[in-house]
Amino acid sequence: MKSATEIQGKSSTRIVTKWKFMYWRSAILYLLPSIILFSVFLFYPLGKTLYLSFFLTDQQGIANVFVGFENYQYILQAESFHKSIKATILFVLYTVPTGIVISLFLALLANEKVKGAGFFRTIYSSTMGVSVAASAVVWLFIFHPSMGILNQLITSIGGTSIDWLLHPDWALVSVAVTTIWMNIGFSFLILLGGLQNIDEHLYESAKISGASYFYQLRRITIPMLSPTLFFVTTVTLINAFQTFGQVDILTQGGPSESTNLIVYSIYREAFVNYQFGTASAQSIFLFLCILIVTILQFKFGERKVHYQ
Amino acid sequence: MKIFRPVITYMLLILTAVIVFFPVVYAFFISFMSGAELLQGNFIPKTFHLDNYQKAFERLPLAHYLWNSLFVSTVVMLGQLLVSALAAYAFVFIPFKGRNIIFFIFISTMMIPWEATMIPNFLTIQQLDWINNYQSLTIPFFAIAFGTFLLRQHFLTIPKELKEASDIAGLRSFRFFWKVVIPYCRTSFVTLGAYGFLTTWNMYLWPLLVTNNDDARTVQIGLKQLQTQEMATDWGVVMAGVIIVIIPTLILLFLGQKQLQKGLAQGALK
Repeated sequence: MKSATEIQGKSSTRIVTKWKFMYWRSAILYLLPSIILFSVFLFYPLGKTLYLSFFLTDQQGIANVFVGFENYQYILQAESFHKSIKATILFVLYTVPTGIVISLFLALLANEKVKGAGFFRTIYSSTMGVSVAASAVVWLFIFHPSMGILNQLITSIGGTSIDWLLHPDWALVSVAVTTIWMNIGFSFLILLGGLQNIDEHLYESAKISGASYFYQLRRITIPMLSPTLFFVTTVTLINAFQTFGQVDILTQGGPSESTNLIVYSIYREAFVNYQFGTASAQSIFLFLCILIVTILQFKFGERKVHYQ
Repeated sequence: MKIFRPVITYMLLILTAVIVFFPVVYAFFISFMSGAELLQGNFIPKTFHLDNYQKAFERLPLAHYLWNSLFVSTVVMLGQLLVSALAAYAFVFIPFKGRNIIFFIFISTMMIPWEATMIPNFLTIQQLDWINNYQSLTIPFFAIAFGTFLLRQHFLTIPKELKEASDIAGLRSFRFFWKVVIPYCRTSFVTLGAYGFLTTWNMYLWPLLVTNNDDARTVQIGLKQLQTQEMATDWGVVMAGVIIVIIPTLILLFLGQKQLQKGLAQGALK
């Protein structure tokens, strides 16, 4: 009797091991395309960027001379990189909070139960369908010194026209306005989805007790929406760090480098000046910034988030 | 208060809609104006003639660029759907060892900004001789952690009984996927498809790097070319280009807005 159960036990562990192996093999087969692509186009190049950041390179991007941390020292001392960091931080501050407040306002409006709300939802989300290049070209004309609608409006009420894209103080604001407009569609759609997921019953008791609209907004809507707000903040923040197209079309980083955001700076360093080493050092800097921001956000942001 | 609320709502809805949609309408109106008309500072064109559109197609091989964009976006969309679905299937239906660790690695790739890898990627593409090729615009974008994540979240909601029943009925994985998973998770597939198509169609920096002639150049880069060429002289032609570029994606968005919103909200919240 004893040996029978022993045999049974042995063969069943063998079957389990065999099953485990089969699971493993089929899982790897399913994951293989992703793993290969991530390795070739994400993990390998990230490592290569780190590697290149310690070298001087030639025009073909071949690492020639090992220089250790000199590329990092160089960029951290260079005035143009300081300007780029400052512009990027300012740009994030201009675009992220404003963009979220506007999108939240639109989402609250479009979530009201009125006839034809669907039409307005379509309009608000439409900017998501307008590409970076197209948006930037349209806004380039809106900011046009003489023919653009902005200066036409200003002069028609007796003001003096503004050099939106040519003045160092205004250029970054102009790029930020363009970016906020471009992001409205996406943020709006996500926030509206979040609003529609809030349980109706929560509002009923508030209505019975006669709570005002703003009281309900503060006490019910915003807390229940906080996971969505958290998600939208993270995404728009990361997007802001990655801005390129608007800068390329609107200002090319100028005037006097006031809109030379970090990705544009990397692009110029690598593909205009062919300094792949210092460009890679900047890329690693960008990677670390985004990494830190994401970790901080998850660490501190998540605590304040209210999950249903 | 009860009567005022809808009135205020409508006023705000209309006002904000006008502001948000203004740049598109502005571009649309200007696309019909001649240079002289523009200088007069008109807002609404006198006549709606299509001269500028004709000129836009004559100045640049726009039709070819449009085809390139359409082809590249469709291929990336299909590639992403396939690769993400395969990975998500493994994460949900195959109980293999190390599943959580590998999933965590997948998710952490979302924190790597694509721009931090662009220099070596460009060098790789150069070595593979993929410059001015469709491959360089499509293959690097097939694997996308967001897609795997979105589909996985939805696959998880498939009742266990369905999988068990199909195992008992002896359905092969592929049949189970085709007959059960795809119909059950249609929203997520549509969302991911629309998302992939839109983002690829709108891609700017990468096509700028890897195309330097007309072979595979996308319409976004065409628009930049048009803008640099015509800016000083003919804004109407440039705006015609803008309208041509945004019409396909706007139509896609108008048709799929509801689905996209539902699907993205699910992905964001769970």
